[in-house]
Amino acid sequence: MNPELSLQLDRVIHEKGRLAIMSMLAASAELSFTELRNALNMTDGNLTTHIRTLQEEGFVAVSKSYANHRPLTTCSLSAPGRQAFASYINLLEQIVRQHKPE
Amino acid sequence: MESKEAAAQLHTIRTLMERSAIYRRALAPIMIYCGGLGLLAGVAGDWLPLHESRRFVVYWAGMAVLALGGTALLIRRQAGKAAEPFWSPPLRRVTQALLPGLMVGAFAGGVVAWLDPYWYECRFLVPVWCILFGLALHAAGFFMPEGLRRFGWLFILVGWLLLAVSVAGELVNLALIQPHWLMAATFGGLHLAYGIYLYFTEPGGKAT
Repeated sequence: MNPELSLQLDRVIHEKGRLAIMSMLAASAELSFTELRNALNMTDGNLTTHIRTLQEEGFVAVSKSYANHRPLTTCSLSAPGRQAFASYINLLEQIVRQHKPE
Repeated sequence: MESKEAAAQLHTIRTLMERSAIYRRALAPIMIYCGGLGLLAGVAGDWLPLHESRRFVVYWAGMAVLALGGTALLIRRQAGKAAEPFWSPPLRRVTQALLPGLMVGAFAGGVVAWLDPYWYECRFLVPVWCILFGLALHAAGFFMPEGLRRFGWLFILVGWLLLAVSVAGELVNLALIQPHWLMAATFGGLHLAYGIYLYFTEPGGKAT
């Protein structure tokens, strides 16, 4: 058993709210702020804070545009974000595997 | 971190990813195609004329097959343009959500065809089909952009309204609305109106 595995988990992604955002974005090319907020039942403030943290880490790209004359904020995973998410999943799988009885 | 905790975390991630992968093909061309077909079929059905219950059911079942086939071709074309698989997991989920409502509708049509009631009694079948189709759309709307659920509700409400009007008409012997025209107005008109709305508002709505 390697107890250090869980220490290698990315702390930024590991937070519950941010992990949910990363998971949603990993399955879609992009999602709007509203879609994320509605799907995750987060407040605007909470979601903004998490997205800003992920953006500062370079995991999430945010773009602003207009659709039907209304502002539209869309989020997508950046290449480093996708890589970090894949590594996070790999580590989780390793933790599950190493505890499995032989 | 415990193994159980990691497994639970993976399960949560998988669930969120599945929920996120909603179906995003442009619906405008599909709605316009189905609406146009519904309108033409309504006019043709009355003009031919197919004024007999069993023929009415078989004729509209054929139109439903044409609508589904055309829809599949349009989806395949869009998927091809986007270099994505046609039978994708989101499309599978949407199909699974649509199936129960559509199957009950087909069963209801089968029962009417079997009983072969008086021709004008078919006007009761149209609202039933509307309600069931609305329920199917509402279920599929959980895996598609939110507007489709509202469109499903519209079909359900129109269905209830038509049912009420048909029952009232039966009581006072007033409503002699042509079932073909009812089909054209609901399955044709509503689809076409929604398709035109999507054409101007949906991202990629003008994509065919």
